[in-house]
Amino acid sequence: MRLRLALSVLFASLMGVFAVACGDDNDTKPSSDGAAISGEVVVFAASSLTEAFTAIGEAFTEEYPDAHVTFNFAGSGDLVTQITQGAPADVFASADDSNMTKLIDAGENNGDPIVIAKNTFQIIVEPGNPKGIADLADLADPDLIVVLCADTVPCGKGASTILANAGVTVTAKSFEDKVKGVVTKVTAGEADAGIVFVTDVIAAGDAAEGVEIPSGLNVISNYPMVVTKGAPNAAAAQAFVDFVARAQGQAILALFGFLAR
Amino acid sequence: MNARRSGSTFPAPAKALAAIAVAFFSLPLIGLLWRAPWSHAAEYVTDDASLTALKLSLICSVWATALSIVFGVPLAWLLARVKFPGRRFVRALCTLSMVLPPVVGGVALFFALGRRGIVGQYLDRWFDFRLPFTTAGVVVAQTFVAMPFLVVTVEAALRQLDGRLEDASRTLGASSWYTFRRVTLPAIRPALAAGAVLAWARALGEFGATITFAGNFPGTTQTLPLSVYLALDTNPEQAIVLALVLIAVSFAVLIGLRDRWFAGGEGEAPRVLL
Repeated sequence: MRLRLALSVLFASLMGVFAVACGDDNDTKPSSDGAAISGEVVVFAASSLTEAFTAIGEAFTEEYPDAHVTFNFAGSGDLVTQITQGAPADVFASADDSNMTKLIDAGENNGDPIVIAKNTFQIIVEPGNPKGIADLADLADPDLIVVLCADTVPCGKGASTILANAGVTVTAKSFEDKVKGVVTKVTAGEADAGIVFVTDVIAAGDAAEGVEIPSGLNVISNYPMVVTKGAPNAAAAQAFVDFVARAQGQAILALFGFLAR
Repeated sequence: MNARRSGSTFPAPAKALAAIAVAFFSLPLIGLLWRAPWSHAAEYVTDDASLTALKLSLICSVWATALSIVFGVPLAWLLARVKFPGRRFVRALCTLSMVLPPVVGGVALFFALGRRGIVGQYLDRWFDFRLPFTTAGVVVAQTFVAMPFLVVTVEAALRQLDGRLEDASRTLGASSWYTFRRVTLPAIRPALAAGAVLAWARALGEFGATITFAGNFPGTTQTLPLSVYLALDTNPEQAIVLALVLIAVSFAVLIGLRDRWFAGGEGEAPRVLL
């Protein structure tokens, strides 16, 4: 799985280069001041972006060899707290709009955020789906151990909206503080099912499986990104944001299950 | 131990360093007090959810302490008094959870006691009993991280204890159980108390292993540290107030017990001060 993903990332990078070479993408404009982009870019990104952004960081430094990217992956809420308390971030990428709003309310943004990706939800089950969970209504079975995210985090808000849309009442055994907590409970075999982002199911590899949620009931979550006000390296920060928004960055995000922005 | 007596000869640089240490510990607390929303404090504390979490925290941490004493004292005695091959290995093994990141400890508990765990699968299959997502699971997680604090403290006291006292008791005809109760236990009482309080404090503040192994459900597994952490995202003011409640409870217990249990006579055998 890892190897396959690595190869795919390589392929996507090549595709991106190809797209640039052919000039068939209006978004694609390698910055003319490419040579000026150098130094460290510190990216504070939501933990659900960990795998995708790590790959994008590598592609970015290939295009701008004088720059290097340092990541701080954590829950979006924690990252906002760190930035408002003075942590030296150049870029902030949030897993939802509300945490981005918090950052903007604190006046820590430089310019308007752009949505770099969207994410949607799946039911996560054990490999092979031993409980035969086919849809949201199945989650109401009291014999199932269902674990959800707490309402305080984006995946929890999404899950309650989805269950309300479906008119299903679920008695969860636990409300996890982060989406990876739900993933861990399912991959460890303690829980039978949970509701998580599609990207989390993909990141779990062979340890879990996803069950689709009909788009009419599903929630789409935005991933906004912005350069921070106090960015020590604003030029490189903007270059990184642009890079993520361009074809190559988008192709890598798509590989990890994110929807186009 | 005799700081009070030798206070006048305490060197000035050491005083300065000690003062910095005091500031280091008190400033974060002052920070919390400074940021606390005092006008809303009462409503946050008397909030049903907070009281439920506080009650659960107290119940679970007391259980974890009791289990730590019941199993930890014999373990400390084994490590201090019985020579057997691999003793150092066993000691390292039994204190491992002190250095293990608690979240990793929680995952490890899954592999041992979870529904698919080495032992847990039989609990599930034979007794239809599962620890994760139960209050018992919280107690197990807390005991796992807290017991080593008691074991280490009590073992140190047992090692310092003059074994001849126990020998004398036994040669006078006392059974080994009687000797343990009437000679050993009173001699290590301060250390036992200190170890129990350390274990209790660790259990009370436990977060990572609890949320990983037992999950987070109000009234069942949501202890106060868990509700503080979750409140940080949505309502930081409430988080600060709840954190202060946690601190106040531990303070009251630490100070209260210190006066009662640690202010023993000067001549008492091994002192492990808190």
